[in-house]
Amino acid sequence: MSFIKLLFLVFASSAVLSAFMMVTTRNTVYAALYLVLTFFSTALTWLLLEAEFLSIVLILVYVGAVMVLFLFVVMMLDVNTAATREGFVRFLPLGAGVAIIMMLEMSLVLGPKLFGLDVYPAPVPKAADYSNTEAIGSVLYTVYVYPFEIAAVILLVAMVAAIMLTLRRRPETKYQDAAAQAKVRREDRVRMVKMESETRVADIAKQGDGA
Amino acid sequence: MTLDALNLMPILPEIILLVLACSILLIDVFMRAGSRDVTYWLTQVSLVVIFVAVLSGMSMDQRLSFEGSVINDGLSDVMKLAMILMTSMAFALSRSYLKDRDIHKGEYYILGLFGLLGMMIMVSAYSLLLIYLGLELMSLAMYAMVAIHRDDIRSSEAAMKYFVLGALASGLLLYGMSLLYGITGSLDIAVIRQAVLGGEIPKIALLLAMLFMLTGLVFKLGAAPFHMWLPDVYDGAPTAVTLYISAAPKIAALAILMRLFGDGLIGILADWQMLMIVFAVASLFIGNVVAIAQTSFKRMLAYSTVSHVGFILLGVLAGTADGFSAALFYVLSYGLMSLGGFGIITYLASRGIEADQLDDLKGLNDRSPWMAFILLILMFSMAGIPFTLGFWAKLAVLQAVVEIDLVWLAIYAVVMSVIGAFYYLRVLKMAYFDKPLITGMPVRSLDMRWVLNGTGIAILILGLFPAGLVALCAQVF
Repeated sequence: MSFIKLLFLVFASSAVLSAFMMVTTRNTVYAALYLVLTFFSTALTWLLLEAEFLSIVLILVYVGAVMVLFLFVVMMLDVNTAATREGFVRFLPLGAGVAIIMMLEMSLVLGPKLFGLDVYPAPVPKAADYSNTEAIGSVLYTVYVYPFEIAAVILLVAMVAAIMLTLRRRPETKYQDAAAQAKVRREDRVRMVKMESETRVADIAKQGDGA
Repeated sequence: MTLDALNLMPILPEIILLVLACSILLIDVFMRAGSRDVTYWLTQVSLVVIFVAVLSGMSMDQRLSFEGSVINDGLSDVMKLAMILMTSMAFALSRSYLKDRDIHKGEYYILGLFGLLGMMIMVSAYSLLLIYLGLELMSLAMYAMVAIHRDDIRSSEAAMKYFVLGALASGLLLYGMSLLYGITGSLDIAVIRQAVLGGEIPKIALLLAMLFMLTGLVFKLGAAPFHMWLPDVYDGAPTAVTLYISAAPKIAALAILMRLFGDGLIGILADWQMLMIVFAVASLFIGNVVAIAQTSFKRMLAYSTVSHVGFILLGVLAGTADGFSAALFYVLSYGLMSLGGFGIITYLASRGIEADQLDDLKGLNDRSPWMAFILLILMFSMAGIPFTLGFWAKLAVLQAVVEIDLVWLAIYAVVMSVIGAFYYLRVLKMAYFDKPLITGMPVRSLDMRWVLNGTGIAILILGLFPAGLVALCAQVF
């Protein structure tokens, strides 16, 4: 067994194991961390496929950005784990049955008989100075420019949708408007009222006597 | 390929739509909350602009561009025109409804436009990558639109269901696509078609890929036994959104079904035909039988959608040019009827009255004879009463099925349609012979009245003179 094959087995089994743990663990923070491990192991198997750029991007974007954000969300939300587990036993036989059938089907097809090295020979390794990034860059903005732009539009739609669903104007909340505070003039706050001066009761009585 | 050699003309309508949608998005943000009508009219104007753009570039020849990943032919052009028209009609029919429920947001139109962009990409896609991206763009816009009434618990529940099940379906589709890519070595449907016809690739792997893709797509179309989400989503979403998601997206889904199975995987026609027969038989049964038990008009129309999807699948599974043109004819007429059906709900639903129950339609003839007449045309057409649009659509599909010697399937479909006719006619009985529970008619804007009347009249006229539309559908294949 070559060293690369050994590495592959280590990374692949760690990816599968951590994915399994992610689904079964009770603590949501642990689940998120197991997902990080899954991504990391997958990135390492990509590295073995000589897809260095994608592998690093996977770690940077998914582990570095997405999962960290996700961890924040998980920690901030008070997720009731008992409620999400409700009906687990009831649906377990059905779910397990479907999973086993799918696994059997896939293992029948995806074995070495149909996808072995004699059918699909391993690609010839590229030279050490071959740039994976350059290869992706040279097709991403030419051949695949249309799909690339569509992916950008999908992100825009996701942004519009997220803002639409979460932006809430609450008329009842009180907040300070610094600009309005600075612009305020004396007339807005102070109202001059002309009132007649007070007269004493004794004077009124005197006036009454005089009349 | 360098950027100089890039020919952007084939995707000009999509580019114009994207630019206009982004501009409207910006304009809408800077406008006061009370002036959403401006957004509405801008949206309608931009739909007219892209309609003209598609129409001016229309041709029945097949034109490939972007290294064979984009296809423009008669099918894509006809479908794009129909989708633009139906989106515009859906917007016109839903404005008053949204206003009455205080959810008249600019995002409804903007997400609608982006969804339309996704659909246009889908019908022109000739590679697995573009098909998937177009589908995701459309679905994402629709998930958000279903959730637009945020304070309504049913709307949120429908959106959640739609999102989770839609993501699952996307996953299945994507898994099938990745397998297909693995065994054929290409994302281009033209190359896949050659590889499948060549017969060099392992059959069992191909079948597994086909199974996953078909399941994913049928899920999105809403055919039984993957229809469970459809009534809940159609019923839970605001009717304005149901209008939008029930018409044009079905056309786009049919387009991928034709490109992927009718073109790319035509080499294993016998295998996917058998699966589609199962889906069609189940859809016709569930759609027609379960609809009888509904008390909600909206839910009844949702189940009727399932049965219409069954008919569309019947056309596709024939695998012949006649079958495809029959399916196209069916989906176009279904789109019109669905707009009319849900349009009547948005027309009758005033502030505080949802008008989505069958009881709300009682005595419609006493309230408004003209509206009852439109309902009559729609229900006759959906049931497939002779000399209505729905009848010709069903007839064309059945002819295609008989041509490939599946007579039993055609007879089964006819029996199911007769069962289905019961619940359509029951609606008319309520509208004409029962006493009204609500009196008076809501006052509606001119554009809404025009569009609803126009839909009814168009269905009537197309039912009496279907030859033109039939010829158009036959010409694109």
